[in-house]
Amino acid sequence: MISFYLAIKEVWRNKSRFLLFSMVIALITTLVLFIAGLAEGLATANREYLAKLDGELVVFQENVDLSTITSRISESTLSNVRRVPGVAEVGPVGFSNATIVFSDGREDVDVSLIGFEPGYPGGAPAFTGRNLVNRLAEETVIDGKMAQSAGIQVGDIITIKSIQGTDEEYFDLKVAGITDGRQYFFQPSIFVPLEVWDEIRPQAALAGAGGMAGSEIAYNILAVQLDDPAALESTAAAIQTQVEDVEVTDVVTAYEATPGYAAQQSTLNTQRGFTLLIGILVIGGFFQIQTLQKIPNIGMLKAIGTGNRTVGGAVVLQILAVTVFGVLLGAASTLALSLGLPEGIPIVFTGQAAAAAILSLILIGPLGGLVSVWMAVKAEPLMALGLSS
Amino acid sequence: MENIVETRSVSKIYETGDLVVRAVDQASLEVKAGEFVALVGPSGSGKTTMLAMLAALLQPTEGQIMIDGQDLSKMKESRRVKFRREKIGFTFQANNLVPYLTVRENIELMLRLNGDYDKVGQQRTVELLTRLGLGDRMNNLPRQLSGGQKQRVAIARALIHNPSLVLADEPTASLDTERAFQVVEIFSDLIHEQKKAGIIVTHDLRMVRFVDKVVQMMDGKIVNIITDPIAIAALAGSSQGTPPLYLAGFEPGIPVKELEYQPNLFVKSA
Repeated sequence: MISFYLAIKEVWRNKSRFLLFSMVIALITTLVLFIAGLAEGLATANREYLAKLDGELVVFQENVDLSTITSRISESTLSNVRRVPGVAEVGPVGFSNATIVFSDGREDVDVSLIGFEPGYPGGAPAFTGRNLVNRLAEETVIDGKMAQSAGIQVGDIITIKSIQGTDEEYFDLKVAGITDGRQYFFQPSIFVPLEVWDEIRPQAALAGAGGMAGSEIAYNILAVQLDDPAALESTAAAIQTQVEDVEVTDVVTAYEATPGYAAQQSTLNTQRGFTLLIGILVIGGFFQIQTLQKIPNIGMLKAIGTGNRTVGGAVVLQILAVTVFGVLLGAASTLALSLGLPEGIPIVFTGQAAAAAILSLILIGPLGGLVSVWMAVKAEPLMALGLSS
Repeated sequence: MENIVETRSVSKIYETGDLVVRAVDQASLEVKAGEFVALVGPSGSGKTTMLAMLAALLQPTEGQIMIDGQDLSKMKESRRVKFRREKIGFTFQANNLVPYLTVRENIELMLRLNGDYDKVGQQRTVELLTRLGLGDRMNNLPRQLSGGQKQRVAIARALIHNPSLVLADEPTASLDTERAFQVVEIFSDLIHEQKKAGIIVTHDLRMVRFVDKVVQMMDGKIVNIITDPIAIAALAGSSQGTPPLYLAGFEPGIPVKELEYQPNLFVKSA
């Protein structure tokens, strides 16, 4: 308790100095949180659809490096996967890009056009409106964030522009439902039945001329739901063994294989690591200088009978108090700043990522201050008499 | 009166390669409760090292130190910390006070450290500070005090926890003459009143007028112990006009005949 008393008294009586330093920690916190938010935002923009996929396994064509765009899955492969024991449902999914155009002057929106089999895995549930049910209906369920930013509502008719051959083709779709955020490849997604998707997706030639054989639709991936999600590995192995020319992964592996995802995340994580390292050095430097200035005083405290635990504890508590205050100040500033961020900046603050960043920032305080604690513990009481052992 | 301090043939020897320095050499000393002792001598005579050993800050190389009946040489470090906290009161030359605690908090720190921080302790703090003329300074920080006031606060802190032994290392070094006399006089009064054993290390022989015994050290040895009040008064100087007898008789280069003291006034202890 004496440690707490000494630590708090010193901070309180030197408020301006400690406040200034807390603000430095707050700035570091803001930087770390923004990098964490950027990493999360970019990751979400890349993987959101796959991360929220209503299936446990993803089936790709073999030897395509788990690329959703390159992968081609045939109708027969779909049938074969459905027959594997342990597989509950399989939904074929097709990916493409398109643009929503508006006739009233609103800005065009580039979207990921995702085709799926209504009633099967691979789509997105409508949280407003209703789910797609008809395989041939020219209807869509759209990304909630885009719906909000573009002002689209259930029941609206949206126009999709797609390049087919060398021509711009336009297709009208009725918005049947609105789902939550479902970005994929940095674009909001719109979900349509596969038949419709195949008709409106950009193609080298006009619709109907593409595909693998005749009118058969070439899917990109299969979303697989399992009877027992715990049997993930054994079922994946079974599909791999029983179905030819496929590669089976879990959802996490699937989105981590998204082109650029790993490189982008490792770059941001490196930045975050370096910022934390800078934080450790800054906090360490500050408290070292401060402790160095206090050494004669600490020597006096020890001479009058203050134990090492008390003086060391006071330094630790002081570091913790200043760090926690600085981190909370930084977190509050970040929150305030994030509310004013313009749309389109891919910064997302999730509770988990922010908590991890805040916890790591609070931990760097004592880590940076270890040398100071050591200095305080090693301060000789003899110094009070101008002697040394 | 019982002995609070008893040292028997205490030595502190430093060895660096072939060099052997006997900072304190076979020093034997006794200080009773209610007795105020001055430890004097030139720089390097070993008085501060002696004080450090008496304060349980430094282990003697040889000999025995008994404080309040406890043998310091047999104590482990953690026990010595506790012993310092409970049994010893300290004032230093500088860095006496915790800069971020008020005058009152500095005094009460000793009570907190000893687990005696209660209403009685708080009342005692106020009384002691008032007695020392610091009643209106209790909520000031050390930086708002003069040098003399800081030393008086240090005296209060040295006494508040009722220690057996009070040690003062050059408490007047940074004070003007008037303040220096004030501080040592207060120290002397409180030590006599409260029946503590008190030891002051000083270069300034004028201050010995307030002590009961002068212990002179040179080259680590105790060379004189003076208890005769007349001899002590002579050592301190008989009037304000007398030049200070700094290190008289010891400091090379100071002709003894120029100083108003007679070496034969020193009374060698038996």
